[in-house]
Amino acid sequence: MTDVSSHAHPETAAHGDSGHAHDEHPQHPDHPRPGFWRHYVFSTDHKMIGIQYAFTGLLFLLFGFSLMMLMRWNLAFPGKAIPLLGKLLGDTRMPGGSMLPEFYNQLGAMHGTIMVFLGVVPLAVGGFGNFVVPLQIGAPDMAFPRLNMFSYHAYFWGGVVMLGSFFAPGGAAQGGWTSYPPLSDILPTGQTLWILGMLFLITSSLLGAVNFITTIIQLRAPGLTFWRLPFFVWAQFVTSFLLLLAFPALQAAGIMQLMDRVAKTSFFLPQGLVVSGQVLKVSGGGSPLLWQHLFWFLAHPEVYVLILPAMGIVAEVIANNTRKPLWGYRPLVLSVVSIGALSFVVWAHHMFMTGMGTVMSTFFQTTTMIISIPSVIILTCLILSLWGGSIRFTPPMLFALAFLPMFGIGGLTGLPLGLASPDIHFHDTYYVIAHFHYVVAPGTLFALFAGIYYWYPKATGRYMSTKLGHLHFWPSLLFINGVFMPMFIQGMAGMQRRLYDGGASYTHTAHVLWLHKVISFSAWGLALSQIPFIINFFWSKRRGAPAPANAWDATTIEWAAPSPPPHGNFEVQPVAYRGPYEYSVPGHAGDFFPQSEPGPETVSPIPGTPHPAHA
Amino acid sequence: MSTAAAAIPYTVDARPDTGLNNVKLGIWLFLASEVMLFGSLFAGYILLRTGNPAWGAGSELLSIPLATLNTIVLITSSVTMVMSWVAAMERNLKKLRLFMGATVGLGAVFMVVKGFEYAAKFEHHHPPSYSTFMACYFTFTGLHALHVLAGMGVNFYFGFPGAKMMQTDPQQFANRVEVAGLFWHFVDLVWIFLFPVLYLLNFGPPVSH
Repeated sequence: MTDVSSHAHPETAAHGDSGHAHDEHPQHPDHPRPGFWRHYVFSTDHKMIGIQYAFTGLLFLLFGFSLMMLMRWNLAFPGKAIPLLGKLLGDTRMPGGSMLPEFYNQLGAMHGTIMVFLGVVPLAVGGFGNFVVPLQIGAPDMAFPRLNMFSYHAYFWGGVVMLGSFFAPGGAAQGGWTSYPPLSDILPTGQTLWILGMLFLITSSLLGAVNFITTIIQLRAPGLTFWRLPFFVWAQFVTSFLLLLAFPALQAAGIMQLMDRVAKTSFFLPQGLVVSGQVLKVSGGGSPLLWQHLFWFLAHPEVYVLILPAMGIVAEVIANNTRKPLWGYRPLVLSVVSIGALSFVVWAHHMFMTGMGTVMSTFFQTTTMIISIPSVIILTCLILSLWGGSIRFTPPMLFALAFLPMFGIGGLTGLPLGLASPDIHFHDTYYVIAHFHYVVAPGTLFALFAGIYYWYPKATGRYMSTKLGHLHFWPSLLFINGVFMPMFIQGMAGMQRRLYDGGASYTHTAHVLWLHKVISFSAWGLALSQIPFIINFFWSKRRGAPAPANAWDATTIEWAAPSPPPHGNFEVQPVAYRGPYEYSVPGHAGDFFPQSEPGPETVSPIPGTPHPAHA
Repeated sequence: MSTAAAAIPYTVDARPDTGLNNVKLGIWLFLASEVMLFGSLFAGYILLRTGNPAWGAGSELLSIPLATLNTIVLITSSVTMVMSWVAAMERNLKKLRLFMGATVGLGAVFMVVKGFEYAAKFEHHHPPSYSTFMACYFTFTGLHALHVLAGMGVNFYFGFPGAKMMQTDPQQFANRVEVAGLFWHFVDLVWIFLFPVLYLLNFGPPVSH
């Protein structure tokens, strides 16, 4: 990343003729390397912004995971003092080193918020989307570079507000990541900061979504039609629409909750609400259910925001490492688009227990069953893509392969939750936690790791260590199942989630209580398994094996750019001559045929111009 | 790497196969998200109103004459906004300043009238916490007023300090004025929905089930 030798300000550069091959020397003397602040902090280059997002997102993932490891201690050993660490956190959180229930609630709410909004989404969409999408579509940058910079900074400050809320009087938000009222309306100040932080994050996502959609529609290279887009770009395209159209609902809900808390309105407070034995002095007449509708109108599409980019990464890695085209490219694309559309009409399957009525429940369980069809099609296509391939077991491929059964478990265990009657039993138990974590942790996170190993050579010009990659992958796979598999058993036994002692006083779950220790030790083992990754991540930047521009003999356009790509990405405007996954083409020398390489086709990809191979 | 490779295409001219330039597509996408934002608020209003048998005829607390005045002010400002765009297309700086000044001025009139309305509500002890209706009234119109302020800021910039771009890059400048206009018309349109919903709809004493 340090080789950026010039910077063309988008404002001044925008008026030149675009798409020209040019013969100037790459080390342009008139354009000195931008200073530290312009290069690393206020960069408008999509690659640097992508790396900023990815790096910040990884740090937040580590932090959110640390919160959970603290909680796991109290679940395994309720009430016991945490050795060493406990005393550091102070008497308002851990008097004498043992955790207060209020602090447990803060950790739980912030773990969910941080993992979803500050960890996975920024890494999957902000990080991979920013870095990879413009390269894969052969564009010099995003459509709006300064807006892109602003999106990152809005995200960053949203994160700062969230972290700062731990130091507010009364601590951070305690109402869960879902922040259900009436509780969230009457919680201490931390909840207000949670809303303000969310408003920053929503702004960031909305502007990012506008930028992604415009970039994908407008900046595709000549010849790169929609049916030639890599599946990853399709996934990001649909994801951006979800962010664009779903997030405003939470924005509206957040504004209403802010009014409830600051201006003492009653959007979410019913009449005659009694708090601590006293009737609350508010006008009343509001509806707690309204929050749930607005929240889940965002948060269900948000689930697909978490999973679709991951599926996109897995598709890229699988096509590359099986050396054959994806099985069913068009069904994959149609499925991802229909998931996007359907994800707007399934939200109330999170609300079967609210008493909203059987007619509503019937409608939403029907749509939920329908949306499982395209999800299964995607997983089936990805599994069938392995058939007959000459598989290379590279580190990215290991993570991508693990994604398939892990996401499968997560998806299939969701079916009983999507049906109203079994959900009565499973609702609010550890079964739910196990289900969605299988989708997001060994599912999405493994895919994101695959993406990091896969595109690291493009970002740095060096491979990550394969040995350390194995050392990261195998223990992670073992321990992450050790964390989440026992939760299915606990949940089916009826163990409730969100209890700070893990249900130690409940007799009906006494026989599965010992599993808490298994889970906690697995979680701490999982943390240790990330050490090889952290070493690999920094060590390979300087010491990794040098990678050529096309590090994996891949076909998509990002591999036609130098590694790391300079400002403006491509030396010559790439042109797409064929689909994205032309591996092992019969009659073609080598087992891959890059998308941007002129071939024997006689028809020019751009109407009205001579074919370069024949010109 | 020279500047040519870093140039972002279709910042000014339309891409042939989509027929749009980047900003035009961008603003429509942004407005789509704004539709969802205000749509969520209106959906919330419907749910709250239908779910509350003791809703009461809230609009009787509001001033229809002032709101009518404000409606006229905003619609007029949309006309002057279009005239600003025409001026930008004609590269007529004087005309641009005149109509942008009028647009910003009418926005300011709207805000002042709104301010008097708000002050009257507090004077009569009808703050947002008075009832769910007043909560809706203040939240929806407040969010709308923030949009008016934002639009005034953008329009002021293009009308005055930013207008020198008309000399250096007239076509891109005209595109930007057009996009600012689309936002302004959207803000106007939101008011056209807010006015009847909050001020005019009055079903009298609600029927209890």
